[in-house]
Amino acid sequence: MSLSETFGAKARRQLLGSIPVAVGLVILGALLAVSALAQVLAPYNAKRATGGINEPPSLAHLFGTTGQGQDVLSQFLYGGQNTLWVAFSIAVLTTLLALIVALTAAYFRGWVDDLLTLVTNVFLVIPGLPLVVVLAAFLPPGPLTMIMVLTITGWAFGARLFRSQALSLREREFIAAAEDVGESRWRIVAVELLPNMGSVVAAYFVNQVIFAITAQASLEFLGLGDGGQITWGSMLFWAQNSSALIRGAWWTFVVPGMAIALTAFSLALINNAVDEIGNPRLRADRLLRRAGVSKPSATLMTPVKRDA
Amino acid sequence: MYYIAKRLAFYVLAAFVAITVNFFLPRLTPGDPASTIVATYSTSLNAESLAALKAAYGLTDEPLLQQYVTYLGNVLRGDFGRSLSNFPAPVMAVIGAGFGWSILLGLTSVLLSFVLGSVLGAIAAWRRGGWFDRLTPPVLLFLGSFPYFFLALLLFYVFCFKLGWFPMGNAYSSVNPPALNLQGIGDILMHLIAPAFTIVLVSLGPWTLNMRNAMIGVLSEDYLTLAEAKGLKPRRVLLSHAVRTALLPNITALGAAVGAVFSGQLLTEIVFTYPGLGYALMRAVSAVDYPLMQALFLIITLSVLAANFLVDTLYVLLDPRVRTGGEA
Repeated sequence: MSLSETFGAKARRQLLGSIPVAVGLVILGALLAVSALAQVLAPYNAKRATGGINEPPSLAHLFGTTGQGQDVLSQFLYGGQNTLWVAFSIAVLTTLLALIVALTAAYFRGWVDDLLTLVTNVFLVIPGLPLVVVLAAFLPPGPLTMIMVLTITGWAFGARLFRSQALSLREREFIAAAEDVGESRWRIVAVELLPNMGSVVAAYFVNQVIFAITAQASLEFLGLGDGGQITWGSMLFWAQNSSALIRGAWWTFVVPGMAIALTAFSLALINNAVDEIGNPRLRADRLLRRAGVSKPSATLMTPVKRDA
Repeated sequence: MYYIAKRLAFYVLAAFVAITVNFFLPRLTPGDPASTIVATYSTSLNAESLAALKAAYGLTDEPLLQQYVTYLGNVLRGDFGRSLSNFPAPVMAVIGAGFGWSILLGLTSVLLSFVLGSVLGAIAAWRRGGWFDRLTPPVLLFLGSFPYFFLALLLFYVFCFKLGWFPMGNAYSSVNPPALNLQGIGDILMHLIAPAFTIVLVSLGPWTLNMRNAMIGVLSEDYLTLAEAKGLKPRRVLLSHAVRTALLPNITALGAAVGAVFSGQLLTEIVFTYPGLGYALMRAVSAVDYPLMQALFLIITLSVLAANFLVDTLYVLLDPRVRTGGEA
């Protein structure tokens, strides 16, 4: 599936016409917009106590207050800002790193490929979260540490994915044609291989945002983030720290938790739909349904006639 | 056999890398945490304990390479030094206590979600386009979007705290682990249900979706046409031809899942104060008990490597293509 096919007018129509994608885009767009406008929208200073302790949602505090008397709505807005830029940075960096490793392997081949594949596999098999916890425990807390740690531990699967995609593309005729014409290997990688990996890269990037946002929240929940920074993860950390659930202050948990879950869910919806458009077999049943076939099954996929 | 030997060599290398990272990490990070800790504890520990602590870090005046060799030797002998937060208990004793509980929770939940997810995925693919197939993916995606620990927190709040159906934390009611009679096992199960259920709930999605997509791919393969043409019963075609092949990617994922669940479980254990390795890691981190923390990282990593190797071996038995060589 080529870049032009992925982002072409037809594919765009298909994507936007699908209900899951529309739902995903609306949720994601709304979260991004309100976080970006936190400075304008936030009714209170998110760090100061502006109400009583653990006040339930009311008109003055739409999402209630925390165990420290801060406004949860304001924290949610500023937290979104801090959470999302870190998550997107991690997604960009891991995707770039994975692409560099995969394309270097595809370009040099031979022992360079073997070595990079070995390194990738080692990173893949060492469990992420425990390593992240140990790394984060030794480094000073802060957004840069977070980005560094999750980039180091998060790129390997992408490198493997991109490499196998590059390998399969390498066998296609148009690459052989480019080689016959005498194109340099560098040019083949940059002009022939890379653009054709568009849909795989896009899908991976979306998944990485999900990975980054949940991994970041997990670390912060463990107290390995910067507790002074307001993020969705640190909101959960402070809620847990002040035993908010046991005191019945469910809103201090539900707001940041739902924010994380909704972000991840909207991205997963978009990703799933992109997947379906890239994979004709998954798309087949929808087309059949539209054609008036109510229950497509294995028999429809194969020309075999079978008695009931 | 060649394939298995190759995989074994790879896992040994991966273990070596993990051990090396573990050794160099505290020595290369800014602020030198190791000496900081020794300095912190130097007033509260006697000379002998301090020497033991220094030895645990390899904080001797020997050159780095010499320290590294000593460290490797210690790890090979299973000597990870002494825990600071439970001084003078050896780290290995602290870990030994949590290991069994982690295995119990991990295996229960990963096997349950693997079986349940594969069955759901196969059903969705077989009845493609039906209400079940259309409803399952979005629901599972939504559940899977929650961070492990968040769903665990909510379920803990509802089922353990509000409704009181399940005990609030720990793996058993009494101070010491119960005897393995009917009552004791029942007690352990009651403590297991809530944390295991949260892990199954969050991790079900990928199993189901992967199985569904693999099945849909398999259903249009020629050999299924052949099986149908031979007049085999649909149930037979489904179970012994389609499911068996479609299951392979999920079985590969099983190895990775053991790792993923160890990590996800880490947070679940903390929420439910389930006394496994994850809970111990959390306590080690908050108590700045670096020897315990590092040893836990190594033990978790080595367990994951061992699990992956077992799955690789199992895979050879299930997929004849791997036996003839090549990468899986």
